Amino acid sequence: MKKGKFEVIRFPGARVDPVMEQAVEVQSGSTTAQRRYRPPRLAAKRKMDFDGRMAGSHPGEAKAPSDELADLMARVAENRDRAAFAELFDHFAPRLKAYLLRLGAESGAAEELTQEAMIMVWRKAATFDPAQAGVSTWVFRIARNKRIDALRREKRPELDPEDPALVPESPEEADRAVERNQSEDRLRAALKTLPEEQAEVVRLAYFEDLAHGAVAEATGLPLGTVKSRLRLAMARLRSAMQEIAEDD
Amino acid sequence: MTEKIETDELLLSYATGGLDEAMSLVIASHLTLSPESRARVAEYEALGGAMIEDIEPVEVSQGALDSVLAQLDDDDDAPEAAKPAETAASDGHSLPAPLRRYIGPDIEKLRWKRLMPGVREAEFAIDGGARARLMRIESGVAVPKHSHRGREATLVLEGAYSDATGLYDRGKLQLADAALDHQPAATGEEACLCLVVTDAPIRLTGKLGRLLNPLIKYQ
Repeated sequence: MKKGKFEVIRFPGARVDPVMEQAVEVQSGSTTAQRRYRPPRLAAKRKMDFDGRMAGSHPGEAKAPSDELADLMARVAENRDRAAFAELFDHFAPRLKAYLLRLGAESGAAEELTQEAMIMVWRKAATFDPAQAGVSTWVFRIARNKRIDALRREKRPELDPEDPALVPESPEEADRAVERNQSEDRLRAALKTLPEEQAEVVRLAYFEDLAHGAVAEATGLPLGTVKSRLRLAMARLRSAMQEIAEDD
Repeated sequence: MTEKIETDELLLSYATGGLDEAMSLVIASHLTLSPESRARVAEYEALGGAMIEDIEPVEVSQGALDSVLAQLDDDDDAPEAAKPAETAASDGHSLPAPLRRYIGPDIEKLRWKRLMPGVREAEFAIDGGARARLMRIESGVAVPKHSHRGREATLVLEGAYSDATGLYDRGKLQLADAALDHQPAATGEEACLCLVVTDAPIRLTGKLGRLLNPLIKYQ
């Protein structure tokens, strides 16, 4: 890693974190878990919902998958409901492990961090606000932060929503935020409309944790092309979200 | 407009967790002051949530759930209770909390250095190769014309400055690289206070500035 660059943090290679090494040793018995796997219940139900029209768009239909997750979160937050937590675990833990592996964590470390992230889900459940974000978004943030904390044990400068210096949004913006954040299912549908070449750079940006320059290396594309594909992908997602919202 | 595009790239990297400590500090502070950028990051995080949903899951080890269940505490949110009051300011400046954690409650207690009449700066420690400092430019004063060897991010915390590319006021972020040669001048009535993060020393480019270059050491 070059000194003096705004460097991108990464699991493998240059920087080996002692905590991660330790975690790998502890868990070294379970390194073969990378086979394909579909977690039970929610995932199967979700698939069915998505084969047809968006679930929840007609009265009387099954709940949207994101609502189901939000219900589980509410049970965890309000009743400290362990059965609901176990369902959330079944849904998210295999996904978080996959996410951490994609980012280059060793299997044991990915397992360890996944468990820590899920414990955080339990502890912070009361801070989950369905008006602010979907459950998957909230869990994504927790896993992302866990990973950064494991990588660098120094500070992780982070926005503080309670900050007295916070400049609030206008009421219209706040409304739009609620609209946006309640639409995780729409966002997933919009994601499926991306052309493969755009979907690929988006995946790299999230899952390979590469600076855009490194995405360019990984794809063999010029940096300018990677950047413009990312921009196109984001613009397309925004307009697809809009159309889906209007259809609903 | 490239400014906006570059800011957007940084917001995306912040959302995906790909920024180093110094740039995270700049972006977290910027987000405190910019509802528009917060909305953008929320959007990118929502996309992260969608990506997590769509990822091919990988089986966790047997007993993982039991092990986690055994570690759950029932006494609610005790461990996540309020943060220490380390962000309480005593200097009358309304500055973003992420920044306060580095500079403390009173910016006057920092080690300020005079660069030239009307321009002071105080460097503070940050991890990684970057350098971080507060810069204070008195109203009406212009910083000597300079370019940049590496990348520089400037966030306006108070007041405003302008250069050939436009006006930057509270919450605005300017990103500069070797291509930008500018002479920012504080505008308005109050002094301009900025957070500046650089990954290489700046280079003075004006006639007088070139003579001063050897004296400017961010090393």
